[in-house]
Amino acid sequence: MSTEAPARRRDSALLRAATTWDAAIIGVTLVFLVVAAQTVEHFGTARNAGYIILDLAPILLLALAMTLIVTTGEIDLSVASTVGLTSAAMGVMWNAGMTLEAIMPLAVLLGAVLGAVNGLFITGFGLPSLAVTIGTLALYRGLAYVLLGDTAVADWPRLFTGWTLGNIGEGAVPNVLAPMAVLAIVFGLVLHATPIGRSVYAAGANPIAAAYTGIAVGRLKFWLYVTSGAMAGLVGVLWTLRYSSARADNAYGLELTVIAVVLLGGVSIFGGKGALPGVLAAVVLLVSLQNALRLAHVSTEALTVVTGSLLIAAVLAPNAASAVRGALHRRRRRTA
Amino acid sequence: MSAVGVKARTGSTALDLVLRFRALGLLVALTALVAVTTAVNPRFLGGQSVRDVLFAAAITVLLACGMTVVVLTRGIDLSVGSVLGLSAYVTASVLAESGMPTGPAMVLGLAVGAACGALNGVIVHFGKVPPLVATLGTLYVLRGVVYFLAGGSRINASDLPRAFLDFGNGRLLGVPYLFAVAVLVLVLVGVYLGRYRSGRDLYALGSNPEAARLAGLPAGRRLMTAYVLSGSLAGLGGVLYAARFGTVDASAGFGMELNVVAAVVVGGVAIFGGSGTVLGAALGALLLTVINNALPVLRIDQFWQQAIIGALILAAIALDRLVSIRAARALRQKGSHVD
Repeated sequence: MSTEAPARRRDSALLRAATTWDAAIIGVTLVFLVVAAQTVEHFGTARNAGYIILDLAPILLLALAMTLIVTTGEIDLSVASTVGLTSAAMGVMWNAGMTLEAIMPLAVLLGAVLGAVNGLFITGFGLPSLAVTIGTLALYRGLAYVLLGDTAVADWPRLFTGWTLGNIGEGAVPNVLAPMAVLAIVFGLVLHATPIGRSVYAAGANPIAAAYTGIAVGRLKFWLYVTSGAMAGLVGVLWTLRYSSARADNAYGLELTVIAVVLLGGVSIFGGKGALPGVLAAVVLLVSLQNALRLAHVSTEALTVVTGSLLIAAVLAPNAASAVRGALHRRRRRTA
Repeated sequence: MSAVGVKARTGSTALDLVLRFRALGLLVALTALVAVTTAVNPRFLGGQSVRDVLFAAAITVLLACGMTVVVLTRGIDLSVGSVLGLSAYVTASVLAESGMPTGPAMVLGLAVGAACGALNGVIVHFGKVPPLVATLGTLYVLRGVVYFLAGGSRINASDLPRAFLDFGNGRLLGVPYLFAVAVLVLVLVGVYLGRYRSGRDLYALGSNPEAARLAGLPAGRRLMTAYVLSGSLAGLGGVLYAARFGTVDASAGFGMELNVVAAVVVGGVAIFGGSGTVLGAALGALLLTVINNALPVLRIDQFWQQAIIGALILAAIALDRLVSIRAARALRQKGSHVD
């Protein structure tokens, strides 16, 4: 898109911002929310909004770190398995009689360690992240099964499980929104307003050029994987408490949804391009769409088809648009 | 990568030999595993146990052949599990409900797979969507279609014609038909990749897509071939699945892509294209199956299976990296050009 004709670049910044994928996905999301609130019964209620926020919490938290990783041109397919393994580890620690106050930070730490293993294989040994994280996707999920088998640990203290399901004060805003919002703002600021964020884009756009400008690309990626693992650990804690159940198969297959929202949010799978607002909108769009379809009694099968189609469309649409623009441009030149 | 390996062979140690020829390494690993397991329980090499392994390996080998062809071109096909499910369900339901003869029904299953593969190819080639994203999308969409077709229902073995089930469970001279089909496909794809111009083109496309295009290779047609082949083999896998198990519901083949990708990676096919053989991939599939069947004999909890697969994938790619580093060092020592 940056290879557009020079005349295009002089358009006002406002116009350009309004025609980006980000703006489009935010617009589509808003339109969808308004239309769904009007047409789908119970969709627009405060209680349903609370459910949507609860449902989107794990996806959003995982998507924050994934956005940064994909922007550097890498991928992390192991996040959902990391959630499963930290959840299973929580169950084992709880059965061993540890207190939840001790277990929660340990779970996040475990996630960070698992992320560091990914980072070590990818940046230390120079292995492709796709292959490494397919490997750890199987390995971490497998270890989760080794820890807990197919049993569940369900006797979590009411105080904590109640908090994850509860609302702020007496209102209708779920408690989990607060940490979510803080983390989203932190990630947004880091990506869009700090040198770290700029190096993330630089590393994704051209790793060699980034290295020559003095960015430690390997170290950056390593810490992004540690961050991604820690976020997955946090989601493990949240998931376990929200469903009051530590199981090895928690969050099974969730990595696909996370990748889907990141790409749908306008982050290029080739790295170097993307922004957090688009990803946040994509999370809201996908989860509220699923919610609305469920309320409208559309079968859950339709959801898988919708998710998959959206994923392909997210990449296909900009490609098709630029192909059409290219064709129009060529024709204009010919007629001129 | 294989060209580099050949050039650097001078003064290689036995370790280099094993490292470089993945098939040999896999055979050593397989033999060791079988030997240990047989030592624990001699019946592991008995007829029934070996047949179980061959039955279980057949479909993974089949899918691994298709996956190899796609991975060689720097692609990946994550939709194989869903394609297998769709093909298995379509085949079984036309046999059970419309009374279509067995032969045409099997061809129909294969055609369903080919069509799915063509869809992947079109999205990847014409849509310029990265293979990972495209096939992740079709993984969802096709699974959704299977759920849509099947609903909560399932087709039972009693609804299927006797001949079809006999094919799925029968043996020729002790070898399951299923495994014979897999070996036949393995040989055909192996010969195609090794001996035919369009097969060699796939390696060229994977090693250096830009150079391949400049050399005038029809990239689009070759990519379509690769995805249609992978889809067709997944379709065939679906037919065999239905014939073998008889009971088919919407979850047939769910999550299978992971095993197939694991088999291919363990089999030494480089995930970024241009290097690897179907023989390696098939041995990888066989190794994973043998591990799976050996676990209960060795009294290891079945829950270890997935963790072992993951560890094997990591070990395999780390090994590949080691080999390429050694090869590059050997080249430098000889003072020849690296590029």
